[in-house]
Amino acid sequence: MIAFILRRLAQSVVVMLVVALISFALFRYVGDPVASLLGQEATAADREALRARLGLDQPIWVQFYEYIGRVLRGDFGISYRLQQPVAQLIMQRLPATLELALVSGIAAFVFGVALGVYTALNRRGWISNAIMTISLIGVSLPTFLIGVLLIWVFAVELQWLPSFGRGEVVELGWWRTGFLTESGRAALILPAITLGLYQLTLIMRLVRAEMLEVLRTDYIRFARARGLSNRAIHFGHALKNTLVPVITITGLQMGSIIAFAIITETVFQWPGVGAFFINAVRFVDVPVMAAYLMLIALIFVVINLIVDLLYYVVDPRLRVDRGAARH
Amino acid sequence: MGEFIPEDRPNALRRAWDSDLAYSFRTSPVALVSGIVALTIILGAVLAPWVAPHNPFDPATLNLMEGFTPPMEPNAFTGNVFWLGTDNQGRDVFSTILYGARTSLFVGFMAVLFAMVLGITLGLTAGFRGGWVDGLLMRIADVQLTFPSILLALLIFGVARGFIPPALREALAIWVLIVAIGLSDWVQYARVVRGATMVEKNKEYVQAARVIGAHPVKILVRHILPNVMGPVLVIATIGLALAIIAEATLSFLGVGLPPTQPSLGTLIRIGQGFLFSGEWWILAFPAAALLALALSVNLLGDWLRDALNPRLR
Repeated sequence: MIAFILRRLAQSVVVMLVVALISFALFRYVGDPVASLLGQEATAADREALRARLGLDQPIWVQFYEYIGRVLRGDFGISYRLQQPVAQLIMQRLPATLELALVSGIAAFVFGVALGVYTALNRRGWISNAIMTISLIGVSLPTFLIGVLLIWVFAVELQWLPSFGRGEVVELGWWRTGFLTESGRAALILPAITLGLYQLTLIMRLVRAEMLEVLRTDYIRFARARGLSNRAIHFGHALKNTLVPVITITGLQMGSIIAFAIITETVFQWPGVGAFFINAVRFVDVPVMAAYLMLIALIFVVINLIVDLLYYVVDPRLRVDRGAARH
Repeated sequence: MGEFIPEDRPNALRRAWDSDLAYSFRTSPVALVSGIVALTIILGAVLAPWVAPHNPFDPATLNLMEGFTPPMEPNAFTGNVFWLGTDNQGRDVFSTILYGARTSLFVGFMAVLFAMVLGITLGLTAGFRGGWVDGLLMRIADVQLTFPSILLALLIFGVARGFIPPALREALAIWVLIVAIGLSDWVQYARVVRGATMVEKNKEYVQAARVIGAHPVKILVRHILPNVMGPVLVIATIGLALAIIAEATLSFLGVGLPPTQPSLGTLIRIGQGFLFSGEWWILAFPAAALLALALSVNLLGDWLRDALNPRLR
């Protein structure tokens, strides 16, 4: 167990180091950081002073070492475009992204499991067939097109919901939340659907397939023979056993929700980290790009680590195999 | 035996028509419909300079008075009728879709080609050499698979854009995009090819080829590669749909192709701006074209996978 965790940790550290190297190279070799910070009318002495202050006169490996040190302290440099510390800019935008990801993740999980169970139990019903057909379309529609179509129907034609922004936000310390106002909650609906739809269809199809598999097994048949109620069989026995793979997949999907938030945030002009990153790419704002790269890599590495560990805890076979191999 | 060739040996066309694959294609309605849809769009895109009623990139043929003409309605000033309407600059939407699909398909095909060549080369190397080469390549593949490919394409595109001098950014955008999408998608090819190579390399015919002193590269290309082309083709077909969607997404986000080379994604981005003023056709038709293209190619890939799988026959 400890060896397994250590190996996973070592792997994660290597991945993070490689990403750090890429973002360091980006930082160091793209454009001239001195020129982008000082502007046109700086003197040669100013340049030299800044060069020394930024440590750009040091050997390259010293610079990389110091870069990692700065990153670990949460210092990602100054945005070229906005002339403010990147870490601060990202922290301002993080709550918006996290609220969006949280709501769509929970919605995708709840509705995905519910619809999956329904379609598995009523396999032949026309409602199930309709749900399955719609889900097929949902999978093949690109995320940005879903967003655009939702805006068209619900914001332009029906005018029920806002098409951009977060609505009114309330400040709770440094965290700006949209949950507490009417307009904030209304503004959340369309982006959350856009972001969650793909995950929802994925979870639904997975739950349905797993349920159908489990419902055919012997222990379900025996449970029926024991005269248990349908409710107890479906939810107490069948669903519980389907949830292991569903939870792992959902965990892994949290990473893609963060990733697809880039697209959703751009479509809905949601003031989060993803839209911020897209603007950084457009204007080649290198410090922001480098910081986002590190942030995304960290999120994925942590999620994968947690899922691996959960696998280990949840699936006894993994433990038994390793145990057997050791003895 | 040996030299005997029957008189009525059917020609290549006839044999292709009679093959299992062609039979499965003819008898599958989904495959037929998606094949026709995909072929129509591809032909329209390739022949765009001859098929399109207007050249949207020739300012001389544009008439600003014809801007915002709704579909199938005569223009208020000139009386011209446009099937799918016109955009704000009086460009025929049908023509822009044909030219946009041309760009989208070009990027899609090139990205798939790049991913395929890279994936096959690395897969063959990993499978044949084994050892640390294999270990390293597959570790990289594992790590890469944990990221969604569209995010990777976006990150690679952003990083590459940073390294390219500003003067060349517009001109090189299309190639950077192709490399970014290709690099984000090579893993699947490499995995399949590696697996098959490891199986094939221990078979007797490969041993025989080795014994007679054939060069390893020749063994790989002549003997092992043909055995893995089926699955590779399936991945490539589905990969084409994914690449087209990835390109459209990046261009929609405004970080893909420059406005001078509009793809379907760029057209949708432009169309979204006119949604609130009621010109729905500028958005709806490019979106429908993208959807039809991606969906039909995807369904063709699904069909190909089932048709090439002997267990499903």
